[in-house]
Amino acid sequence: MRRTVGERMWAIAVWALVVFFVANLLAMIGSVVVNSFGTRWFDTWLPAGYTVQWYSLAWNEFQLPDILLVTVEVVGAVVLISGLIGVPAAYAMARRNFPGKQAVMLLFLLPLLVPPITYGIPMATVLYKAHLAGRISGVILANLVPTVPFVILIMIPFVEQIDPRIEAAARVFGAGIGRLFVQILVPLLTPGILAALLLVLVRTIAMFELTFLTAGPDSQTLVVALYYAVFAAGVRPGQSIDAMAVIYMITTLAWLLIALRFVNPAQIVTRAKQ
Amino acid sequence: MTPSQFTLRQRLRERGLDGVTLLVIPGVVFVLALFIYPFLYGLFLSFTPQVGGWLANYAKFFSEPFLYDTISITLWIAIPATLLNTVLSVPVALRVRLMKHQRLLTTILVIPITLGTVMVAEGLLTYLGPRGWLNRTLLELGLADNPVRLIHNYWGVMLSLVITGFPFTFLLTLSYVTGIDPALEQAGAMLGARARERFLRILLPLLAPGLAITLALAFVQAFTVFPSAILLGAPAGPTRVISIVAYQAAFEQYDYSLASAIAMLMAGVQVLIIVGLLGARTLLFRGPVSTGKG
Repeated sequence: MRRTVGERMWAIAVWALVVFFVANLLAMIGSVVVNSFGTRWFDTWLPAGYTVQWYSLAWNEFQLPDILLVTVEVVGAVVLISGLIGVPAAYAMARRNFPGKQAVMLLFLLPLLVPPITYGIPMATVLYKAHLAGRISGVILANLVPTVPFVILIMIPFVEQIDPRIEAAARVFGAGIGRLFVQILVPLLTPGILAALLLVLVRTIAMFELTFLTAGPDSQTLVVALYYAVFAAGVRPGQSIDAMAVIYMITTLAWLLIALRFVNPAQIVTRAKQ
Repeated sequence: MTPSQFTLRQRLRERGLDGVTLLVIPGVVFVLALFIYPFLYGLFLSFTPQVGGWLANYAKFFSEPFLYDTISITLWIAIPATLLNTVLSVPVALRVRLMKHQRLLTTILVIPITLGTVMVAEGLLTYLGPRGWLNRTLLELGLADNPVRLIHNYWGVMLSLVITGFPFTFLLTLSYVTGIDPALEQAGAMLGARARERFLRILLPLLAPGLAITLALAFVQAFTVFPSAILLGAPAGPTRVISIVAYQAAFEQYDYSLASAIAMLMAGVQVLIIVGLLGARTLLFRGPVSTGKG
């Protein structure tokens, strides 16, 4: 296709827009990283000197060891439980046509379409009434609300790819449902399970709203602690908040990089077949 | 054999109900208990106010400007952000579709979504602040005489919605755009249609249903903006969005009944906009967008 001058100008304008966006995005991340290592930074492009003292300050001041432990507990439990509930449910949804299947599908889609803050407030109310909120168990339950349906919707196409005759053969040789899962399905579904659980992991580390609404003082995850640190900015040096932000970024982006080995970036957004 | 000779188990299996189907039950019970039940409970709670008749919460919301203004404040942030992100996404997605190494760009763009709004708010506070790199660049280039105020006001929230929202709408739009068969556009070009005509008469009609979904999802996200409206905005004034008053009612005034009513109103506005958008979608073309060989 030959391109006219106007078309070429248009292409350049679009690329300029992309470059502008990416440059600002990287500069935003970069300024946090630079600030977290800077000693004093006023009217210059870069700080006057560099130090790592903000990291040790943040580590102690924000009680990061405790917060990281809670984060690991919450995220680990959410990943494990959403896998245990989600994968078998996805198998049933993929393999059986039962009355009311459409309604069940809608039921699983809703928590992914409704934004967390909308359903989070009534849910937190119920969890407080049940004396679960304010504790780690409540935070885990709240975070499972979007992740269980997420795993189900991601896993359904993976199950559909498996030839049902393999399962039939296993059944003929006398494998029960438990053995079928352990010896046939889980090995065959490993790529899908890894993709789904890694995405759950990344989403749960970054899930602010639901954790914020249900966490007590001892059950804050890293992202909620970061929110409180930024909210109370001025109490502590800005550099130590940025040091904490860098620690948060490293935890999220490291897992994102691992996750991207198994999934396409677009899958993080599209969530499910729409 | 007549049907009566089958056992109950066989008849259930015939309808798709057997041991495997039961595996769906934990998931269903979980979503019912922690999503549907709280929602219904919240709806019920919103009609049992702490004082007054059953509609007192809603009456209170719509009689106090301090409360009902939040709807227009939120829309005033959410609608421009949604439109801007979606409108920018279309040309970029159409261009990136032709690119060979999309993966690097999509990976970079997925970073702000992954970091989340709290981290983006902290990043923008540093980057857009009076001594940040953006203002420094503007001053050096002579584009501004004084640092431009971009944080703790409307623009801070708007920019955070662009930073997290644009990658979202872009990646969604890209997935719809790549679903359109390039042969359709090539046929148009062969028949002499210029780029503008090909876009308006071939791509846009095919893209419209996907764009309606993108708009709906992007709007719902922008409408529930929360941490950045507090951290990066002016939560007492121009960015006092509806999620802030819902949160304050629940966790600062401990009026769960009023908070539930506000949450229900939030859900109501979202449903109205989504039904409107998806309703408009059914008026548009809904045929196949990929011409495969079967």
